[in-house]
Amino acid sequence: MTDTPLIEVRNLAKHFGPVIALSGVSMKVRRGEVMCLLGDNGAGKSTLIKTLAGVIRPSSGDFLLDGAPVAFTSPRQALDSGIATVYQDLAMIPLMSITRNFFMGREPTRGIGPLQFIDFKHCNAVAREEMHRIGIDIRDPSHAVGTLSGGERQCVAIARAVYFGAKVLILDEPTSALGVAQTSMVLKYVDQVRRKGLGVIFITHNVRHAYAVGDAFTVLDRGRTLGTYAKGEISMDSLQNLMAGGKELQTLSAALGGTV
Amino acid sequence: MSEAMQTGARPLERSADERLKKSTLLAEAMRRPELGAIAGLAAVIIFFAWRADASMFTLAGMMTVLAPASELGILAIAAALLMIGGEFDLSIGSMLAFSGLVLGVCLVVLDWPFELALAATFAVAAMMGIISGQTVIRTKLPSFIVTLAFLFILRGISLVGLKAATGGSTQLRGIADAASGSPLAGLFQGVAFPGTFRWLAEQGLIGRFPSGLPTVEGVPVSILWFTGFALLATWVLLKTRTGNWIFAAGGDQNAARNSGVPVNLVKTGLFVTTACAATLVAVIQVMNTGSTDALRGDQKEFEAIIAAVIGGCLLTGGYGSAIGAFFGAIIFGTVSIGLGYTRIDSDWFKVFLGGMLLLAVLFNNFIRKKVTGER
Repeated sequence: MTDTPLIEVRNLAKHFGPVIALSGVSMKVRRGEVMCLLGDNGAGKSTLIKTLAGVIRPSSGDFLLDGAPVAFTSPRQALDSGIATVYQDLAMIPLMSITRNFFMGREPTRGIGPLQFIDFKHCNAVAREEMHRIGIDIRDPSHAVGTLSGGERQCVAIARAVYFGAKVLILDEPTSALGVAQTSMVLKYVDQVRRKGLGVIFITHNVRHAYAVGDAFTVLDRGRTLGTYAKGEISMDSLQNLMAGGKELQTLSAALGGTV
Repeated sequence: MSEAMQTGARPLERSADERLKKSTLLAEAMRRPELGAIAGLAAVIIFFAWRADASMFTLAGMMTVLAPASELGILAIAAALLMIGGEFDLSIGSMLAFSGLVLGVCLVVLDWPFELALAATFAVAAMMGIISGQTVIRTKLPSFIVTLAFLFILRGISLVGLKAATGGSTQLRGIADAASGSPLAGLFQGVAFPGTFRWLAEQGLIGRFPSGLPTVEGVPVSILWFTGFALLATWVLLKTRTGNWIFAAGGDQNAARNSGVPVNLVKTGLFVTTACAATLVAVIQVMNTGSTDALRGDQKEFEAIIAAVIGGCLLTGGYGSAIGAFFGAIIFGTVSIGLGYTRIDSDWFKVFLGGMLLLAVLFNNFIRKKVTGER
């Protein structure tokens, strides 16, 4: 039961020709857990999530979903197995309405034969209700997503994934482009999603954001896992140092008066 | 409540009602893409009511205006759907000539029955749509370039093919005669509701000749196709899943793909739609004039795109309206024909065309900023 992780990867490797993007990554995500994936640029975070999302296929290693090995060949397969990925800037279409975005690709239809239409009254009600549940009152769900703030857009994307039955949510730097208030809105929602029993993989390079919601932290460096730590095991500072490769940053931090 | 206190005055926590009041009726209307076209049509009608001969606004005058508008409109609505889906088709006009050739050859040269010739013409058109769609998708070249190539290829084939079929002429005659007698021919030929119009004339409700026959025999079939297509396209866009996919494919194809929208299928289908719309217009024109000409549809692709833009389509895709293109095409018909009812030199039409295009693009960009709340 809860001991079986929702997602587990072991010694996952991915080579692009001579380039080794991942050279043995292992990590686990359990139900009701926020697993923060930390790493500097080029650490292999993107390759790892693309593998989990079914965009690319690993060269070797094990990928278990609910304890059973899987090999996705398309993002759609990953989505259908309950792995939803919310990309930083590719989540929403600004010119389309909130409702149209919310149901994009999975529009419920009514009607007979070729006369299938979308029941917008129902869809608007669902979109409004789902957004209300996470504390966002949308003026009118038929308004364009472009009228929402960046944080609200992230929340719509997450709410959509949850509504359509995701078991694992992969959030790709959801807070990197957001201000303080917006960030706290998104983090609050991530916390809510965890309480629903979903597993969340939270990719970030902001240790502060990670520490605010994370239950466990996996640090990647140059395509391999540096280690996985539970929240109690590691302090924010040591996490920061680990992520930046240790000594160099400490030296720099000292030089700048301990502000990095 | 306590939550609202905690987070302070962030706009999120204000009540829904309070924020609803902010959108006035005008602001709501501004969000509709077809607003510009409707306002433009009103302005054009006012202008001609002032300058044009009164006969323009008789029933006969209206039909004269609407008949060419409806042919352009069928092309414009298809162009609008494709633009919303994020692509252009510059080969619409050439496709029109090409389909005329195919229909003519099937009927006159091969002596096929009309039904078979019609089916073959649409099948060839659909195939051409698939070819241009797949070329755009697979090469990832801008559709502007790919269909510009098809503009010349299809026009050239139409010229060469007609000369080969006729032994040197670029016109093929006798098509309507070859099709006469087919029950389907009436769908593309002449006018609809002649009985109703005759009855209206007998009652003195519409103009009639001294013989008692109505001055307007009925509604040209192209106007019915035009109206029907506008209604169907609007329903598809606004109410169906396909419509949502068209908006999504044009709005951001990566986001659409990530959400499971079959973007390639949607785009290919839209190219097939423009090719078939051009073919429909070709069939109507050929069946009414009885002949096809290699220069048919010349520059219609530009007029169709301009009508779509006046109708509110963004050049960048993802936004627009079929009903807007409907009104855009009527603006065109009104001005191009209407100038003949005034003392103004009708060559001013070209100037008007260019001016309207610029104005519409500027206006659309302004509207887009309104819609997305860009600052």
